[in-house]
Amino acid sequence: MSDATLTADSIDTQAGVRRACVASFIQKQGALIVLVLLCVVAAFRYDNFLTEANLQNILRQNSMLALVALGMTFVILTGGIDLSVGSFVALAGVIAANLAGQGTIVALLAAVAATTALGLVNGAVISKARIQPFVVTLAMMIAARGLALIATGETAVRVNSLNQGFTWLGRGTIFELSVGSINIELYVPVLIALIAYLIGWFVLNHTRFGRHTFALGDNEEAARLMGLNVGRVTLGVYALSGALAGLAGVILASRLGAGQPTEGVGWELDAIAAVVVGGTLLTGGKGGVGATIIGVLLLGVILNMIKAEGLSSWWQLVLRGAFLLAVVVVQNRLNSRKK
Amino acid sequence: MNDELLRMTGITKRFAGVTALDSVDFALRAGECHSLVGENGAGKSTLIKVMSGAYTRDAGEIFVEGKSVNFRSPEDAQSAGVVAVYQEVNLLLFRTVAENIYLGREPRRFGMIDWKRMNADAKAILDRLGLDINPRATLGTLNIALRQMVAIARGVSFNAKVVVLDEPTSSLTDREVGILYDVIRRLKAEGVGIVYISHRFDELYAVCDRVTVLRDGKYVATRDLKDLDRLDLVCLMLGKQREELERKGATAFDHSAAPVEVEPLMSATNLKRGRHLNNVSVEVGRGEIVGMAGLLGSGRTETARAIFGADNIESGSIELEGKRLKISEPNNAIDAGIAFLSEDRKAEGIIPELSVRENLTLAALPALTNMGVVSRAKQTEIVNNFMQRLGIKASSSEQKIRELSGGNQQKVLLARWLCKNPKFLILDEPTRGIDIGAKGEIQNLINELAAQGLGVLMISSELEELVEGSSRVVVMRDGTRAAELRGNQISQANIIHAMAHGEEKQESGVRSQESE
Repeated sequence: MSDATLTADSIDTQAGVRRACVASFIQKQGALIVLVLLCVVAAFRYDNFLTEANLQNILRQNSMLALVALGMTFVILTGGIDLSVGSFVALAGVIAANLAGQGTIVALLAAVAATTALGLVNGAVISKARIQPFVVTLAMMIAARGLALIATGETAVRVNSLNQGFTWLGRGTIFELSVGSINIELYVPVLIALIAYLIGWFVLNHTRFGRHTFALGDNEEAARLMGLNVGRVTLGVYALSGALAGLAGVILASRLGAGQPTEGVGWELDAIAAVVVGGTLLTGGKGGVGATIIGVLLLGVILNMIKAEGLSSWWQLVLRGAFLLAVVVVQNRLNSRKK
Repeated sequence: MNDELLRMTGITKRFAGVTALDSVDFALRAGECHSLVGENGAGKSTLIKVMSGAYTRDAGEIFVEGKSVNFRSPEDAQSAGVVAVYQEVNLLLFRTVAENIYLGREPRRFGMIDWKRMNADAKAILDRLGLDINPRATLGTLNIALRQMVAIARGVSFNAKVVVLDEPTSSLTDREVGILYDVIRRLKAEGVGIVYISHRFDELYAVCDRVTVLRDGKYVATRDLKDLDRLDLVCLMLGKQREELERKGATAFDHSAAPVEVEPLMSATNLKRGRHLNNVSVEVGRGEIVGMAGLLGSGRTETARAIFGADNIESGSIELEGKRLKISEPNNAIDAGIAFLSEDRKAEGIIPELSVRENLTLAALPALTNMGVVSRAKQTEIVNNFMQRLGIKASSSEQKIRELSGGNQQKVLLARWLCKNPKFLILDEPTRGIDIGAKGEIQNLINELAAQGLGVLMISSELEELVEGSSRVVVMRDGTRAAELRGNQISQANIIHAMAHGEEKQESGVRSQESE
């Protein structure tokens, strides 16, 4: 082979590496950059954006979606999708509200156990019967919603107001700190989400289950040939997604003071949007839980800005949709160039 | 023999009644590189899959270091030290090199992945193979060759005694092949046995010690490569007797078949695509049938695909009727009047659930359509015309094509191209898998088409077909055009000589291309 080919080869590789670096930077940090830019714009444009109350609001309102999105991150990293989480939120809320009189722990555990079990069913059907996750979780989404409606007879279940502990889950604060005029408090749902993300990050990066989650979405055939237990990973991610959706449902019921069988509609789509906007590939194999936090906050800030702008909140749907599409197009371009 | 790593005896494997391997024997010594060769359907892939646990055998025995083994899965084989590295690199593009090597058995501390040790261990293995690759690099940022080396490193990391390399060079450049050779030499020096599958003779002779030849699922022979010349190897692969060939080649001398002057139609010049095609040129005249011969992987199909625009070439030009064509995708070639009947009828040709009529007119639909509506009358007319002309046997034009015999399916596909009135037709293995009767009909048809002025490039593995059917035969070897035979030079013996040796060391009568 001639020298010319050698040079052409190495140039090609260098350019390839450089492109890959740029692509991976945008992939990893793009959402964060947009989030920071939006916050700067919002801070200048709206007087009350940077107030403690407003920021707390954004965090509190999005903490439950954040939990759902965390589970969704694992599922999407394997190349799957979980449409049933919205219904799980409602079902868990209804169960928890029903059992709140029996004690907070009982209510919490029963609700989370129920949705985890249904998540396991999702995972089992997907891995054993080899049916696409889309179809399996769509069926579960419909069925779980039905269960929630049956359990309540279509009306909301009030939470026993004597159970202070249960109410604390959704509305309590952990500590309050006053520095001069600034009053900082940490709400329980925000703390729960924070802890969940820390654990999620650890699991994803430092355990076999986490690494195999990546492997599955990267190249399932390769994962199989490498002798990974693909079925177990699949079971794990859908169970985890079910559990986190259940937890979010319990917190929501606590915040609302009632279990609403019609709550959580569309949450699965918001969660998917947050995961993808954060920078995790919808096809799996690449991304992370940090990206999802950014994605959740990004969508939260957009909603907040639209409200501050005085626009109808329906606009947020249009904008979120457009934003999601743009992100996927950019991702697609970045990744196709690499191959 | 006490240094024997692996012995397989009487291995038989059937798939749904078809015998892929029929009592095949194979033995591998420590520190040797043993090549496995054979044409299509010889059973190489099946044998290495049985060897590495991907398939379970129906009969026979396997011994690893003298102990009888019974692999149920690739993991079983891996733990016994038998590892296969397949042609398509099955790794994770988004993960690091170290993760790819250790996935599934990551070193752990307190239940957590021990990243430090994993990277250090990966580095040690890569160093052992003489590879300068950063274990922390994302696999997707490495070029194909290095990915392939990572796949080998993963295999070796299982303390492999036997490493199977399935066409490891198919996507590598010449320079990258050198890296692979180094790795193989290091493994051999460590006493690892290597099973090497490649279609390239140059590679076999460069890196392998012995060769085992399979044909039609049967064991043919095992030889030392240093005592086996290329011609004998080709004869073993094709199942021809050397003496018989040479006698035939001598008596087939016939002055009557002098080259005929033909009007040029298609000429492809200096086609180049990596190691698959190296400055290949082919000319086909109007009304001429040019045969193309070569072993599997020699560049026959690759030439056809390059002319048709199915693969992008790096350089080279294609002219049709004196006009240079810009071909970047098959549509360009089709518009120019080139048709390509691919060798894989099932995967690339027929649409099984559609009728003969629909299959036949699929490519011609735009011409049969008026304002978006398909004219059924015109369609029927064309279909009936071709069914009659080509003698397509079907209960009616509405019969589903999957119910037809292979020969009739092939005729429908041929008709699909013919109704677009092509000027130049490429046929890749037009009669493979077709019964004798239909074979003759298709061969007659090809003759008729040529007589009507069509230029035909006919790729075939059947030497008889090439010898009888072609006015010239281009012989391919290792991605280059090894020879062109005309008139009385065309004989099975000369074709096989050219397949084995290319332009150098040829018998008289075979003309070298490079000197033209």
